[in-house]
Order: sequence, then C-alpha cells, then structure tokens
Amino acid sequence: MPPREGIYCLMAEFNTPTELVQATEAAYRAGYRRMECYTPYPVEEAAEALNFHSTRVPLLTLLGGLMGFTTSFLMETWINVWAYPLNIAGRPLWSWPAFIIPAYEWTILFAGLSAAFGMIALNGLPQTYHPVFNAPNFRNGATTDKFFLCLEAVDPKFSLTESRSFLEQFPAVSVVEVDH
Amino acid sequence: MATKGPLHDPVVDPMIDPRTGEYAVIAPGHNFKSVTTLIADIVLTENTPLGWFFGLMVGGGVAMGVVVGITWLFLKGVGIWGVTMPGAWGFAIINFVWWIGIGHAGTLISAILLLFKQTWRNSINRFAEAMTIFAVVCAGTFPLIHVGRPWLAYWLMPYPNTMNVWPQFRSPLAWDVFAVSTYATISIVFWYIGMIPDFGTMRDRAVLPFAKYAYGILSLGWRGSTRHWIRYETASLLLAGLSTPLVLSVHTVISFDFAVASLAGWHTTIFPPYFVAGAVYSGFAMVLTLAIPLRKIYHLEDVVTLRHLDNMAKVMLATGSIVGYGYAMEVFMSWFSASHWEFFMMWNRMFGPMGWGYWMLILTNIAIPLTTLWSRKLRVNVTFLFILSLIVNTGMWFERFVIVVTSLYRDYLPSSWGTYRATKWDYMIYIGTMGLFTVLFFCFVRFLPMIPMSELRMMLPQTKVKRGGSDAETVVEETA
Repeated sequence: MPPREGIYCLMAEFNTPTELVQATEAAYRAGYRRMECYTPYPVEEAAEALNFHSTRVPLLTLLGGLMGFTTSFLMETWINVWAYPLNIAGRPLWSWPAFIIPAYEWTILFAGLSAAFGMIALNGLPQTYHPVFNAPNFRNGATTDKFFLCLEAVDPKFSLTESRSFLEQFPAVSVVEVDH
Repeated sequence: MATKGPLHDPVVDPMIDPRTGEYAVIAPGHNFKSVTTLIADIVLTENTPLGWFFGLMVGGGVAMGVVVGITWLFLKGVGIWGVTMPGAWGFAIINFVWWIGIGHAGTLISAILLLFKQTWRNSINRFAEAMTIFAVVCAGTFPLIHVGRPWLAYWLMPYPNTMNVWPQFRSPLAWDVFAVSTYATISIVFWYIGMIPDFGTMRDRAVLPFAKYAYGILSLGWRGSTRHWIRYETASLLLAGLSTPLVLSVHTVISFDFAVASLAGWHTTIFPPYFVAGAVYSGFAMVLTLAIPLRKIYHLEDVVTLRHLDNMAKVMLATGSIVGYGYAMEVFMSWFSASHWEFFMMWNRMFGPMGWGYWMLILTNIAIPLTTLWSRKLRVNVTFLFILSLIVNTGMWFERFVIVVTSLYRDYLPSSWGTYRATKWDYMIYIGTMGLFTVLFFCFVRFLPMIPMSELRMMLPQTKVKRGGSDAETVVEETA
C-alpha cells in the first residue's frame, strides 16, 4: 500500500488535449510510469501516451455471455425434461430449438451486465474518496473543459523539485501539489 | 447521412457549413464549457420553469387514469374490459406492442447508430434512451395486468416453489418474459452507464449541498481518469454491440406471440422483420414528438439541429417503406397462398365491419408519411414533422389494433364470430399510461442531464489532438 499521507501527486493543468498529450508523451520518455491523465471526455491519444492499451472488459463480457447461455439452456432442459415434464401437442420434451430463444436473451443479459459491472469494478468504482479532488482547480475543470496530467509521488523517478521543473517546461496553466 | 442542396443560402444561414453545404450537427462557436453549461444549467437552475409544474400536473392528472383503472380492474377482474371470446386480446396487447415498439428507437439510436459511427446521434441518444425505458415501463404494465390474476404474475419467472410448478419454455409467452425483462434491464444499465461521466460533471457544478451529494453518489466517484475512460469506452461499445441483437430480438419475440399461433393473419413469416421495422418507425416518430418541443422550450437548437430532424425523418422514410412492403406482402400472400382462410381474413380486414381501421392505418402510416417525407423542404419543417410524428404514432397504434382485433374476431368457425368493443376502462388505462410516460419524462428532464455532455464535447472541432499543422484541415471535416 502506498503511504496515505503527505504528497499524492504533482498535477499540471492544460487548456487543450494536444498540450496534455505532448506533456504525457514527454513524461513517459523521461521515465515516469506512475502517472495518470484526467480529461472531460475520452482522449485515446492520452491512453497511448500512457502506454495503456488493452483492458479485460471484453474477456469478462465473453465469460458473462457464455455463462448466461449455459445457465439458461441447462435450466430450461432440466425444467422441461426432468423437473416438470409436460406433453405439449406431442412435441419432444427436449425441444431445444424453442429453448434457444430464452438462452439467447440471457446470453445478452449476462454479457451486458458483465460488461457494465466489470468496467465499474476494474475502474475501482464506486470510490467515495480520491486525493485528486483535493487539488483546488480539479473539480472546476476536470469534468468540464480542462485537461490534467498527474505525476504520482509513488513513482521512483518522482522528486518534488525536479518533477515540478519538468512539468513547468510545458504550457501548463498551473502546476499544483496534491496531498493525500 | 448528409443533407445537401441549396435550400438555404450558406452565407445567410450560419447553421450551414459553407464548405459542405450541409446543416451542422452542432452550431458553430461552441466550446467545451458552453456545451456543458447549456445542458447542466437546465438541471442545476434554481428557477424551475412554471411550465414544468404545469406539465407535470397535467401528466400526473392523466396518469390517475392508470391508478383508478387498475384499482377497479383488480377489484372486478378483466371483465370490465372489452375482451370477450373470440377477441380475447384487446387493448392490453395492442398497447403493450405499441409501447414497446416506441421504445425501440431509443436503443437503435444509442446502439446501432453508435456502431455505425453516426456521431450526430450523440445529442439525441440520452433522451431517446430515457424514452425507451419509460415506454418499456408503460408496456410492461399491460401484460402484468392482463394475466387475469396479476398477484400471481411472478409465476412467469422460473423459481423454485413448493408446488413444484415451472414455466413451459415452448411457449412464446414465456419467451416474452425473458425478452422484455432483459430489454428493460440492459436498457437501464446502458442508460445509467452513459450518465456516469455526466453525473461527475453535475456533482462538480452543483451548488446546493444536497445536489452535490446526490450527483456524487450517482457518479460513483467518477474522475475522468484516462484508464477509466478506455475501459468505459470499451464497455459502451460492447453494450452497443449487445443491444443491437437484443433490440432486434425483442420485437421478433413479440411477433412470435402472434406468428406462432395458427390463426389466419397471424401465422406468417414476415412478422418478425415487419414488426421490428414498425417498431423503429413508431419509435422515431416518438423521438420527434419529444425532441421538437424540447429543443424549443430549452433552447437546444444549437445541439439538436435541423440535421438531426432531417436524419430522423429519413430513418422514418426508410422504415416506413419497409412497413409498407410488409402490408403489400400480407395482401399478396393472402391471395398467393390460395388459402380460403387467408383470403377471407384480408377481405374482412379491408371491407369487414372494422375495415375503417385498416384504411386509417393505410392513410396515417403509408399515404401521408411516405408521400411527404421525400421532400427535403418538409423534412426540415419543424411544425410539419411534429404533426407527422403524431400521425405516424396513431397509425402504428392502428396497425396493432388491426392485427390483434381483425384476426381474432373472425376465426375459423362462423358460429364463434364475435366483435370487439373497447370499454371506458380500456381507454382510461391506455390514456393513463400516456400520462405516466409524461410524468416520468418530465422528472427526467428536470433532474437528469437530457443530452450527454461528455459526448457533445467529442463532437466539437477542438476535440482532436493535433499532430503538426497539416491536420488542422481534417479536424473540421471529421466533425461534420
């Protein structure tokens, strides 16, 4: 666990996504790894600059979908063949083509719920507290029109003075220290 | 979907992009902050417009029809309705199919148009999805109160019970339970996931402590981290990819309720595609019914532009034509099948005692929309589109009326022929659900951001990350 007191990060505020991406790429080249961008809409170039590509959301969705299909199909088979067999106009008890339809719906249901809740869980949400909100300018901009780069203090390359002078070479509106 | 042509002089009309001659999807001169405040201030204002209270009051008053109607229904039973033998499916099923069809446009806009990268959909998808959910609420009411003993409606679900009784999965009515419940769940989840970043914005912009707290809880602590955004975009895309087959399957399964029965007029293979097209048709009509007053009242003409209305009218033209093909094919097949019963069904549908319903349907669903929507002048005429959207929704209701009633009340045995006449309770509950829909929609407009702010920001020209000077040209093009 990282220390829960003292400084959390140095946060630079930018006016445009282009400035943010340039600063992030430079920080990555300079050796920073524990850093994060905060933007009011998804900026794919920022993720590339952070070297963050794949997520596990698609895998979870696939597993959810397979689970939904299997659960539903086995449930229908068990119910209509063993638990409560009914003769409906002489049709076979295991009328599998008819069972496809509820199984199809549950495939989508389980896959969709896995995608949504998997994304929330992988993102570590819901989270009632996060240090970035301690920055005085964060709430005013991060969800509206500003772009933030955060160099975290746990990064081995982090140094309060050197990291600050590194960030100040970019056209940042401000560079602030953010405490835990 | 482009809107080209010299209808307006580009120099005079600022909404027309001078380079392409098309209507802009978003008015020029907006930035991240202005689109955010445009939407957020509608909700965060301290002055609720008086018209909102008035509308809520009217909607609530009409919604009392549902409360009173259902109370009396539960006391007396379904006998208070006009359902008889052989017309055992009356208003309840007509309204169920009509409402759920309306919902389909919301999913189409949020899912299928997202997959097709139709970015113009960004400004209309949130309230279209809200419309879907509220329409499903209204739709879901009907089968539940139609089951005869609604307090036992939970028997529809497979659950272990002491009676050892289970559902029968060869029945389309059991499929319906799965299709509609999945549709409702996924629609709500997709809608909520879409709102999380906007709840973050609302939390950060709210002044009242309660609003900060409430939106903070709803935002789950969203902070716009890039890693979060990437997972979020992946999940949204996956949900869109899952909703697309879902929305197509829901009305397909509902059409199975009819098509699997061996009744002339129902037992046909064209039902699934024709039901889905009809659903999208009526749904887009409903989106227009809602969007046109909303953009006027809340001054959203900058983000819900004539381009959106034009595009939606084009989708209506396409789906309306598919529906028209469906009608033509039904008539053709009733002759081509060489089946006496099919032929009589179609003759009776057109010229029987309820033939007026069929001609109303042809007039409102085919004759008026499919002749006028070809004209671009009419497609960008807001008043005309609003009236047309009401006409099409009436027409789609008549379609369901014709399908349900005229097939049932003249079945194979002339000795069992009857008629169908809706009672005041039928009308009361039907009109009441419109009030219920209005109340839900008014609450949505007042308390939730009705246009996705994060997606609007992505439509602005300043969104793109510039790599060198030459890209500045392509930036404008991609947002058009």
